[in-house]
Amino acid sequence: MRAAFEGSQAIARAVARCRPQVVAAYPITPQTHIVEGIAKLVADGEADCEVVSVESEFAAASVVLGAAVAGSRAYTATASQGVLLMAEVLYNIAGMRVPLVLTCANRAVSAPINIWNDHQDAMAVRDAGWIQLFCTDNQEAVDTTIQAFRITQETELPVMVCVDGFILTHLFEPVDLPSQEQIDMFLPPYRFSRTLDPRRPLTLGTLVGPEHYTEVRAQLHGDLEAAAEAILKADADWADLVGRRAGGLIKSDGPHTARIGVLTLGSVYGTLQEAARELVPDTPLRLMALRCFRPFPAEALRAAVDGLTDLVVLERAIGPGMGGILATEVRAALAGLRDAPRVHGAVAGLGGRDIPLDILPRLLALADAAEPVRCSVIDLQKMPPARLGADR
Amino acid sequence: MLEIRIHGRGGQGNVVAAYLLAAAVVDAGLYGQAFPAFGAERRGAPVAAFVRVARDTVRRRCQIDRPHIVVVQDPTLLKSPATLAGLEEGGCVLVNSARAEAIPAPAGYGARWASLPATRIAEETVGRPMPNSALLGALLALTGLCPLAALEQALEERFPPDTAARNKRAVRAAAERVPEHAWRRVVDARGL
Amino acid sequence: MSKTTVLDLRELRRRQPRFTGMDPGHRACQGCGQSLAAHIVTEAAGPDVIVANATGCLEVFSTPWPQTAWRVPWIHSLFENAAALAAGIETALKQQGRPTKMLAFAGDGGTFDIGFQTLSGMIERGHNVLYVCFDNEAYMNTGVQRSSSTPHAAATTTSPAGRMRPGKRHLKKDLLAIIAAHHLPYAATATVAYPGDIKAKVRRAMAIEGPTFLMIHAPCPLGWVHAPELTIKVARAGVETGLTPIVELERGKLVSVLPIREKRPVTDYLRLQGRFRHLLGDDPVAVQEREHLQALADHNIETYGLLAREGDVRDSVTAALVRRGGAIR
Repeated sequence: MRAAFEGSQAIARAVARCRPQVVAAYPITPQTHIVEGIAKLVADGEADCEVVSVESEFAAASVVLGAAVAGSRAYTATASQGVLLMAEVLYNIAGMRVPLVLTCANRAVSAPINIWNDHQDAMAVRDAGWIQLFCTDNQEAVDTTIQAFRITQETELPVMVCVDGFILTHLFEPVDLPSQEQIDMFLPPYRFSRTLDPRRPLTLGTLVGPEHYTEVRAQLHGDLEAAAEAILKADADWADLVGRRAGGLIKSDGPHTARIGVLTLGSVYGTLQEAARELVPDTPLRLMALRCFRPFPAEALRAAVDGLTDLVVLERAIGPGMGGILATEVRAALAGLRDAPRVHGAVAGLGGRDIPLDILPRLLALADAAEPVRCSVIDLQKMPPARLGADR
Repeated sequence: MLEIRIHGRGGQGNVVAAYLLAAAVVDAGLYGQAFPAFGAERRGAPVAAFVRVARDTVRRRCQIDRPHIVVVQDPTLLKSPATLAGLEEGGCVLVNSARAEAIPAPAGYGARWASLPATRIAEETVGRPMPNSALLGALLALTGLCPLAALEQALEERFPPDTAARNKRAVRAAAERVPEHAWRRVVDARGL
Repeated sequence: MSKTTVLDLRELRRRQPRFTGMDPGHRACQGCGQSLAAHIVTEAAGPDVIVANATGCLEVFSTPWPQTAWRVPWIHSLFENAAALAAGIETALKQQGRPTKMLAFAGDGGTFDIGFQTLSGMIERGHNVLYVCFDNEAYMNTGVQRSSSTPHAAATTTSPAGRMRPGKRHLKKDLLAIIAAHHLPYAATATVAYPGDIKAKVRRAMAIEGPTFLMIHAPCPLGWVHAPELTIKVARAGVETGLTPIVELERGKLVSVLPIREKRPVTDYLRLQGRFRHLLGDDPVAVQEREHLQALADHNIETYGLLAREGDVRDSVTAALVRRGGAIR
């Protein structure tokens, strides 16, 4: 059913149709509308689920962890400080290989306190062992949420669906909300291999000493890398069912002849697409959105940059003392690749600073630099209003 | 693509107005996108919301710096330079005027300037001083962007029946007070 | 023809098989009060339970991978989330219509301090969880550091006794009063000195639909610095001096106590334990702190009405006669 929703409500409805049995969350802007939406659907009898309004994000993550190991499909959502308060549990969930889906309504991290969008929160837990999928629009947020429930169940790895706070969560636009029947065909009932049950007592979360710990951690790494297959398969199966993909591992738009590429995460991809069409229609340009940040799809990235001489990485987070986080990982992934493009790091849109269309010429200017640009915060100055384009 | 910016104060239903307008144009078969200027403002503070209308999906997520139409829910906001900032030459301004007489247009806006007592209309129809639905009714009448029925449907989808019915009266009452399709050419020029 | 053996009641009771939730052979220290208490609690709770265990000695000594001492489903996640974890499992059980009872186990660190917030939240939301705090009055798992449960003047590695400081400067947090302020259906204290009392209280809590709280005083020979074989003796001295009030609360209101038949001076408790050794001399600080602790014990006795009265059948002497597998009230 195609209808206009606020992003948060589209996500809430998608979650409800995935038949979660336990939802626990703590209010935090800009996530709050999502769990409010779920609570309302439950109150209206449109979803059969227990909603636990906990006293902190730390408890929210702990409650859904408990629910999942007790055999219930569980879901939570948070952002920013909430992600950081959950951090200890997030590592624990992944280490215990518990299937969970979390929506991260991406938001900046304090201090200074700032409620607006960037990706610092998700980056802060990139090594927690979660699958992290970034969405470029609300349709992808809906589709990825549904896929996430299947991916987590198949891999027993938790999935974080990253949706730009405000920019997507508070964006009202038409979305095709898949029907209950479609989702039921795609998503089997929840089953967990190590469900706690007195008839078959299991001990979970044991103390693991040096003689075994390395193997457990290495297995997590290997399984997370292997999860790329499950992520691709879920997207392919979803496409068979509803006729559209949600981005696979990495999305690409632009001609094969392009020599300059721009790689980014999340919703700014759409702005760049329109900027390319309006502002630089005659420049062959390859735009890429990395949907799957964890596991990091190094092979897919190497294929996606084939033929490029310059790759500009645009990201909404910064690793103080190092520079771009994504750019650093991209450089590492491309290291040793024959004819690898020069990688330029650009940071913009921190703490909700608007990224207008004319960010694109600035990004392209980086590619003209004599030496690769390690890290440039390109929107430090207030930019002039967007140039008139063909559409105006 | 048509870009509309709505200015108001926290508590005036600014974001709701933007969502309703987007829902109405979507109901009418167009693409509509609406989002608030992201802020932490409380009641009474100046706020803004954005609406984009197009025939096809719009993928840009940036704020609207150069609107074609500005809707002002509180005339005191006209004192703020931010309210009309970036308005294009020949752009349109719809102002809620608490006074009976129309607020005169500043130099350069001429015929593309309209005002109406939306708060009073709302008090008489909705029963609350919420000017947003009346302003939307006037905007649709001025532009012909989509039929009033589409806005009425959006109201029915969002509100309980009695609230929707009262807001529909506000929409009709406001629509009758402005010259029909006076701004039609602005919409036509945007390919709508 | 088979041979018939005649057994007296005592022998029959001894041979009666009991449910064991936790196997022996784990790695707890000799004389560990917490291990004893956990055995008794799981025995009384029976097999249809799930345990959520906070980080601590109990988790460490019972589950060194690939071994486990647990015969009931058991999960450990973090130090401070046992109550929230239990709340999540309980919510799932309720949603699925499974009657299994949820238990949460934590030490005093995980209860009084780092896990206090999740505990309060769990009780406030009314989850059907029996939360058991094994109170050994310090961070024993990390090597005897003071917690907010450590008694005043006790020496720990972070509240050492020295020339300038007589052990912990602050009072033991009155956690029970804070728990009681949640007005939960049932809260109680117990001690390993009275296993039958623990079992009775566990059974009582198991029968209640809603949050219940049981705090079990559990000596730690390592941290309290006493011989392993003195665990029960030390625990009982705590009760009979008034320093360890054994009480039951319903909806936050006191409903019963274990009366002290013969009140003993706090020095009877202190001199059994090395953590109070610095309080036993004649120096003015030691004398003053002894008086201080005696005043605290007297305050407990007065507040809870702990002295036995004429006609009390059950008191600090008779309660110890109830066998571990035996009669309940």
